[in-house]
Amino acid sequence: MQIISTVSLWLIPIIIAIILIHGTWKKVPTYETFVEGGKEGIKIAISIIPFLVGMLVAISIFRASGALEFFVGLLRPVLELFGIPAEIVPLAILRPISGNAALGVTSDLIATYGPDSFIGRLASVMQGSTDTTFYILTVYFGAVGIKKMGDALKIGLIADFIGITASIIIVTLIFGTT
Amino acid sequence: MINIIWVAMSVIGIVFAMFNGTMEEVNKAVFQGAQEAVTLCIGFISVLVFWLGLMRIAQTSGLLDKLAYLFKPLVKKIFPDIPSDHPALGYILSNMMANMFGLGNAATPLGIKAMEQLKMLNGGKNEASRSMVTFLVINTSSITIIPTTVLAIRMNYDSVSPAEIVLPTIIASLFATICAILIDRYIYNRKNRNRVR
Repeated sequence: MQIISTVSLWLIPIIIAIILIHGTWKKVPTYETFVEGGKEGIKIAISIIPFLVGMLVAISIFRASGALEFFVGLLRPVLELFGIPAEIVPLAILRPISGNAALGVTSDLIATYGPDSFIGRLASVMQGSTDTTFYILTVYFGAVGIKKMGDALKIGLIADFIGITASIIIVTLIFGTT
Repeated sequence: MINIIWVAMSVIGIVFAMFNGTMEEVNKAVFQGAQEAVTLCIGFISVLVFWLGLMRIAQTSGLLDKLAYLFKPLVKKIFPDIPSDHPALGYILSNMMANMFGLGNAATPLGIKAMEQLKMLNGGKNEASRSMVTFLVINTSSITIIPTTVLAIRMNYDSVSPAEIVLPTIIASLFATICAILIDRYIYNRKNRNRVR
């Protein structure tokens, strides 16, 4: 399991080095290109603000009122049999429906339980490993006018379920449940 | 759907607080939640600016195209209905590369272009073709190499090792994608067999 942490740690710096060396070799004005691309990052971060404010306020109300704890408590006995923390259920439900809502839940879970806790790591992997099925379906098929979508939704949701299950198993195996 | 969930969370929370005597906490939560969201987004700026800047270099230098070329044989196998050298393949590959490296905003227009090409291949019908379903399924299970926003959140909350989740994320998403492709193929084959009978 040590290898996995090492690869995770090395991957990003190595990708950075490869991109910079390849760019220089291909005579790209690296710094100027970097700055141009970086500007887009500011736009994206700012444009997420309203989505996240709306979601985090709703989640905070739900949590502070005690409602979240109540519903999670109802699910806990069943899920514990499978080694699934009940706290993760809201994320698993929201992930296929809305990317920004899921991002809100993920940050709420990481804030509450800590980034290096079992739940924090699980939320991180879940958020990263599947995408918003309903959004992609609507945008891609909507843009080109597809009315009959065949089995796309069914398979997409099965894939989400597999991704979520795989996240739980992988995080448990690699980091343990502490 | 998201509208209902959003309203339900807020309203159930408020009603719950009435009976639970937690109105004070709920009041605080409203403003804390809003503030936390803004703080987080400001935290995203650092990671997103750096990563998108870096990826712009990779796009300009042709590194992403080169990588896409490596994946071409594999993608041809996944999409047996697309003739080789059809422009749809190129868009699909670019879309996959953009998704892999966390360029969600660049991925969407490329994906739509790929869909347009696939629709033309299918004679312009308003029915999803086999390749379209496969392409969609690959997109929804998303192979991610760098989960940029997750890294930013982890950094924001002082993780000892923000990047430790990178490889587990890759393994989980790769596994989900492979399963999705297999299920897609299985369902297609089963349907076809029924049709022949």
